[in-house]
Amino acid sequence: MTAAHPMIPEPWFVKRVRKETHDVLTLELEPSRSDISFSFAAGQFNMLYVFGVGEVPISMSGVPSNRGMLVHTVRAAGAVTHSIARLKAGAVIGVRGPFGSCWPVEQATGGDIIIVAGGIGLAPLRPVLYTLLRARENYHRIFVLYGARTPKDLLYKKELERWRDRFDVEVEVTVDSAASDWQGHVGVVTTLISKADWDAKNATAMVCGPEIMMQFVIRELQKRGLASEKIFLSMERNMKCAVGFCGHCQFGPTFVCKDGPVFSYAGIRHWFETREI
Amino acid sequence: MIQTLEPLLKEHPFFKDFHPEHFRILVGCASNVRFRPGEMIFRNGEQADHFYLIRQGKVAIEVFVPGRGALKIQTLGAGEVLGWSWLFPPYRWTFDARALEETLAFALDGSCLRKKCEENHDLGYELMKRFSVIIIERLQATRLQLIDVYGKPGEALK
Repeated sequence: MTAAHPMIPEPWFVKRVRKETHDVLTLELEPSRSDISFSFAAGQFNMLYVFGVGEVPISMSGVPSNRGMLVHTVRAAGAVTHSIARLKAGAVIGVRGPFGSCWPVEQATGGDIIIVAGGIGLAPLRPVLYTLLRARENYHRIFVLYGARTPKDLLYKKELERWRDRFDVEVEVTVDSAASDWQGHVGVVTTLISKADWDAKNATAMVCGPEIMMQFVIRELQKRGLASEKIFLSMERNMKCAVGFCGHCQFGPTFVCKDGPVFSYAGIRHWFETREI
Repeated sequence: MIQTLEPLLKEHPFFKDFHPEHFRILVGCASNVRFRPGEMIFRNGEQADHFYLIRQGKVAIEVFVPGRGALKIQTLGAGEVLGWSWLFPPYRWTFDARALEETLAFALDGSCLRKKCEENHDLGYELMKRFSVIIIERLQATRLQLIDVYGKPGEALK
């Protein structure tokens, strides 16, 4: 983005607000000035600033090549995100970014791709799928394994259906709890990993969700023979400045805002397995 | 030509690397079964006299909660195993199982198997090892469900 300084937010207009679930919404933002140009890579995040309330890091969830629009999916969980959830079309929001590392979509060419998402973790992974599908011939099998709390907590339901209808993507969705009218899978997302037929020798896994979920997902991937170097995670910490100055998001010797949020598991394994880091 | 059960049964992941002699003993306890969508396979409290190796389809394990109806707690599909209550006294199911789709499975007779396991402890040990892995995996998955990883602090899973 062409901003005077990475610490100064640019005003963007809220073009549309789409309710995904009872506590998750997707914002479409358009630039307030014609000279603002924006590009990002799948996995990166922006700092969204609700003026007078505060700023939060939110991953991009839209199409990376769409330069005229920014898409963010936000779960109302704290003061700032609740304020974001109250924004209407036409409102102004401050945007700084893009920041951070991205998913290894180019490194993963030629092999199987396993996207494992839990809850709101599907949002940072959606741009990966957009990117992969634009160059579908560069990848072998693509699996989207998505777990949510209940059927009403599933994000992007129509899009999941569209992806499922394609013959070149295998989409499996599971929920932790469901009433009898739900006809899909019930069980934790790890149970989908063992059922999917991917080649551990030539596969890359991209995982995003609550940290405890990622721990169990890693174990399952490794049980199937996937090397730590082929497992990538999106980490979440208390990101404030987003440029590696303040140290709030320190994770071992790294800063999640600058060195992450996407890490190779091999690179952070020690700190990932250490409590209270 | 009528195809015997044995070659199909051998293909089920539960029998991967199973000793041929053990397999020969066990195959006499197996039969082919089919369940229609919505059909109950067993109900909580009934005699648990079989376990099922799912070949095709989807099965829900449910618990009926008065006032809330049937809650699905897990689904199982092709290649998975349904039921271990046949192994342990009092040999009664503790949940309901319902076919969600047209489901094909092998049913293995529990009392027949228990008798053969008493006669051949090597077979019994092998079966016990295989069921232990399944039980541990389900226990771990249940623990993860109980953690409610996607919930907000203080929010209970309904």
